[in-house]
Amino acid sequence: MNWIAIAVTFKLALLTAAVLLVIGLPIAYWLTFSKWRWKFIVESVVALPLVLPPTVLGFYILVAIGPHSPVGRFYSDVVGHPLPFTFEGLLLASILYSLPFAVQPFAAAFAQVDHRLIEASWTLGVSKFNTFFRLIAPLSTAGLITGAVLSFAHTLGEFGVVLMVGGNIEGETRTVSIDIYDEVQALNYAGAAKTSLLLLAVSYGVLLLVYAMNRKVWVVWPQR
Amino acid sequence: MAATLTVDCRKTFPGRFTAAAQLTLPLDPPRVLILFGPSGSGKTTLLRCLAGLEWPEEGRIQFGSTTWVNVGGNIRLSPQTRRIGYMPQDYALFPTHTVSGNIEYGLSDLPTAVRQERVRELITLLQLQGLEEAKPAQLSGGQQQRVALARAIARRPQLLLLDEPLSALDAPTRSRLSGELRALLTQLQIPSVVVTHDWAEALTLGDVIAVMQGGRILQFGSPQDVFSKPANAEVAQIVGIETVVQGHVVANDNGLATVSVSGITLKALGTDVKGSAVYVCIRAEDVLLEQAGSGVTSARNHLSGLVTEMLPQGVLVTVTVDCGFPLRVVITRGAREELDLKIDSAVVAAIKAGAVHLVPRSV
Repeated sequence: MNWIAIAVTFKLALLTAAVLLVIGLPIAYWLTFSKWRWKFIVESVVALPLVLPPTVLGFYILVAIGPHSPVGRFYSDVVGHPLPFTFEGLLLASILYSLPFAVQPFAAAFAQVDHRLIEASWTLGVSKFNTFFRLIAPLSTAGLITGAVLSFAHTLGEFGVVLMVGGNIEGETRTVSIDIYDEVQALNYAGAAKTSLLLLAVSYGVLLLVYAMNRKVWVVWPQR
Repeated sequence: MAATLTVDCRKTFPGRFTAAAQLTLPLDPPRVLILFGPSGSGKTTLLRCLAGLEWPEEGRIQFGSTTWVNVGGNIRLSPQTRRIGYMPQDYALFPTHTVSGNIEYGLSDLPTAVRQERVRELITLLQLQGLEEAKPAQLSGGQQQRVALARAIARRPQLLLLDEPLSALDAPTRSRLSGELRALLTQLQIPSVVVTHDWAEALTLGDVIAVMQGGRILQFGSPQDVFSKPANAEVAQIVGIETVVQGHVVANDNGLATVSVSGITLKALGTDVKGSAVYVCIRAEDVLLEQAGSGVTSARNHLSGLVTEMLPQGVLVTVTVDCGFPLRVVITRGAREELDLKIDSAVVAAIKAGAVHLVPRSV
């Protein structure tokens, strides 16, 4: 088994889940509680990675962070090397790709918090910010874990986006799914089988955790 | 000028309902204002405007020298900055926090020792000893209500807002707790606004009553005035109790109370002990009129008096009899003719003891 690829993959998935836990919370909070009438526009943007082919998403990210875009130029001016085909570039792409997998469970959990509790907290002099951390987040634990775990699991298996944005650099951007593809291309089915089994086991284990832990938040299947 | 709470605002829920209320409540000495009316009359909306949870689209709310809302001047004070104690209808206790945790939730800016002392004080005041570590789900309705009250008053609010404080409780608990709540409000000396649709609760708790219907305040005054002298037929219909007079219990024999009202004694069903100050409430349709000097009935109360007023309303006539206090009676036109009632006719009003309702009042 290609342990280097496995290490890269887990590092990528952990970092993606961690970053999404930080940036996904305010996005989900806003999507849940904003009364802006055009909110659905943002909701649709956040959900885009669910339906867009990974190659299309990867293509746009590649263009957006490439040396010809202002973002790409700014990055290479500051850091000294361009963003595409690096681990950082791959991380950015993974975050965008997994965004709905984190934000949707977060938002679903926030929406289940009884609004009267939130109002009670406000009238007790507790700011909106502190109300979030003292009341809403503890009441949404299951949804927060679900979002983090799903974005982790989703990143483990990503292929199209990695290929487009990360390339296939050993120890840097070669992830498990790419490794499996390479093994199959080299007709090394035994190697591909081992790595595939590992990925299957981890993915299944992660989903077991999510479903066992919460029976309330909508994950993939609607509750009966 | 003495400090007042002044409200003059309008809140519209498009397609449903507009609440437009004006009222002035003196804050010193602190009084309990009751917002009274049927469901959908706008009481809760007004309360939520006071709490800062609804924003009126027009008007202003002034609390003493502080402007809470001035739509024209673009002032909108958040609920956090109003220093209020708000208790929503179903209490909204935080399920993840213990009883102590709920009570101290709003006190996080205090030093730990002060905070713990305050929590202990409130646990004692509201008789929650032994329940400090319990979660809300483990509490009875009455206990939840007391925790919600403790949480609301923990920060020593300058205005207490209670939305149907007793309606989530079963009837026996409700009548027990309404007395306790009245005692607590008297002890706290915080200006309070209480929403209720229950006339007994309104009489028990209130110093001032605002009767609401269709988003407007129809009448504003002392409980006795509002109930006995409704400003118009709409108010009369909402309050539904035509005679409310002050009395006090002079004896109680196994639940049959003897009440003295302006020198007249009445029998009523009630557990109120000797010496209790009460409102005596009698519905006009529960009173029978007889010609003076006629026979004996099973009714426990026979009050002689003179007819002072007769107001025909459709097939019915509302008759006021002065029998030591003004008693309102509703009879049919036919009955009036049979009894040959005129102003100053002598009559006897018969009331069953069970139709005389006693509501405790503050002295």
